Amino acid sequence: MRSGFLASLAFALATQPGAASPHPPQQQGERIASSWTTTTISGEGQSRGYVEYQKYCSACHGEGVGRPGTIALQAKYKDALPALLDKRTDLTPQLIKMYVRNGITVMPNFRKTEISDPELDRIVAYLTRNNRP
Amino acid sequence: MTMRVPPGVTPSTFSAALEQFEKAVGRNWVFTSDDDMETYRDSYSPFWHEQADRIPSAAVAPDSVEQVQAVVRIANAYGIPLWTISTGKNLAYGGSSPALSGSVVCDLKRMDRIVEVNDKNHYALVEPGVSYFDLYRYIQEHRLRVWIDPPDPGWGSPVGNSLERGGGRTPMGDHFASVCGLEVVLASGEVMRTGMGALPGAQTWQQYKYGFGPYVDGLFSQSNFGIITKMGVWLMPEPEAYREGRVSVPKHDDLVPFVDTLSYLMNSHIVRGTMLLESPVLGYRQSQGGSVLDLPGGPSIAETEAIGREKNLAYWSMLLHFWGPPRVIDAQWEYTKEKFRAIPGASFQDGRAYGFPVELGETDNVQRVYLGIPNLSVFALIAGGQGHMDFSPIIPMTGEAVFEVLKVFGSAYAEMGVPPKNQFFALPWTFFPRSFVLLFGLPVTHNIEQNRENRKVFQRLVEVAAQHGWGEYRTHVAFMDLVRSVYSWNHHALGRLHETIKDAVDPNGILSPGKSGIWPRQLRRSRA
Repeated sequence: MRSGFLASLAFALATQPGAASPHPPQQQGERIASSWTTTTISGEGQSRGYVEYQKYCSACHGEGVGRPGTIALQAKYKDALPALLDKRTDLTPQLIKMYVRNGITVMPNFRKTEISDPELDRIVAYLTRNNRP
Repeated sequence: MTMRVPPGVTPSTFSAALEQFEKAVGRNWVFTSDDDMETYRDSYSPFWHEQADRIPSAAVAPDSVEQVQAVVRIANAYGIPLWTISTGKNLAYGGSSPALSGSVVCDLKRMDRIVEVNDKNHYALVEPGVSYFDLYRYIQEHRLRVWIDPPDPGWGSPVGNSLERGGGRTPMGDHFASVCGLEVVLASGEVMRTGMGALPGAQTWQQYKYGFGPYVDGLFSQSNFGIITKMGVWLMPEPEAYREGRVSVPKHDDLVPFVDTLSYLMNSHIVRGTMLLESPVLGYRQSQGGSVLDLPGGPSIAETEAIGREKNLAYWSMLLHFWGPPRVIDAQWEYTKEKFRAIPGASFQDGRAYGFPVELGETDNVQRVYLGIPNLSVFALIAGGQGHMDFSPIIPMTGEAVFEVLKVFGSAYAEMGVPPKNQFFALPWTFFPRSFVLLFGLPVTHNIEQNRENRKVFQRLVEVAAQHGWGEYRTHVAFMDLVRSVYSWNHHALGRLHETIKDAVDPNGILSPGKSGIWPRQLRRSRA
């Protein structure tokens, strides 16, 4: 059994300190959410694969705090490979499809009703766009 | 490839049923291959590499209520068990896998229409395949002044999570309490609407829950009495502001007045949303190789309090949350401090504050669920693991109950010989009104022996909890029979009523056999 990781985790959640310094409410302003994956993605000037990658993958594999896929890959590869999947140049279509359909560690499987085969093909095309021939 | 078939169904009958399913939903939306079935198994299964792992025989994915009706009628005609999922992300409770291996998954993910979002009366009407991410994006795109309440993982659906009676973090955190109006396909294939929806031309289906006569919506939560194809859900008006404040108390026995005060403030709607009880000093004790729990022969209260004084660590602490106009939530925080000041040594710390709408920086690590923003950051905490199964008993909202929980589960782990590092536990949450819920995961792995050990621990925790009057609010498909068995008051009177209803509304037992331990008559006999 792994060394009480979840027990530690559960309790880590219970002991995280409060915010160190409060800051005043921000001004009312233009409704612009962050680039968190939940925002609308216009996709203007971008490939459909990019847009679909943002929609389906970036909540875990994007930039910013709390992205579990990015955190896990950073821990796995240190600086040997980019933690961001869309900066990689060595991912093969077979590998991407295997992970999406079968999952890996805490990443679950994704069904065809969630990400269709054509959508997955476009995501693969986006993630392999900079691969060397 | 050997064709999997549902239990008791011949290959030829199953082939005929699959052909009918294809006619109903289209060939592309009936799945039978081994590769496709891999995507319907539980990614966090506690039965990896074991015969008992729940694998479906096929999946069928209707796109409309009419197609759901057709699927149900075909299942009835051919005796095919259907296991219904919404987005299929019920991870830690079974994911998209059925309770009965060989069931056909009825996958509603394609039904992803957002029928309406109203930011004047603050509700939405959605189909089962709509995820929290989808609903949030829709609200952003349409610039509506309304918040959703996402559970920690945002890829689930309001329909699935609410019907499982899940929880979120904002004042709308008790998700089933926010349900207003269901559209249900019954086992007969007939479609029905609940509440005001039973009135042709109803104008208040999402405004008034109860309609006329018996209120039946609860019968469709954690149940297998129908398939929900639309659901009304109440939303929160976008608040003007949000702020946090932390309350800490120094001594062990302070927890009794602490929880009494919390309970008063929550039930008075001055403090709202979901909080977690924390203990900095017990966290320190655990970091030094000890246990959070009270183990037989473990450190005394006096010794632990002494550590707290030496390290300047509170015994108990909680981060409180406030939503509303700034001057209202400032007053609520001031009043909260006033009430907690009755506990000698209570201390306070102002927390984050936001006005809305807000643009969050990418480095701002506020828990976005408190701001109604769905995300998946909770998985960052378990990255590298293989998954988990959640143990989640409801306990009284009192300090005395927390003391008893620490002793009871401490003794249980000690009796099982589980060392402190593997004593999975977390202090209680306030996901639901009037009670606490413990919520922590036991790991699942791809190692058969480790999974067997953890399943034994899980079973023992359920039994020990039940012996003390604590029962789970929800559980993994692997433990539904077990948990149902402990809800046994008066010779299982409630469970027998569930079976009576099941037999009446689903006489062929085709809808989600085994859900919440409710089995159709023919499978009850074979399992007895």
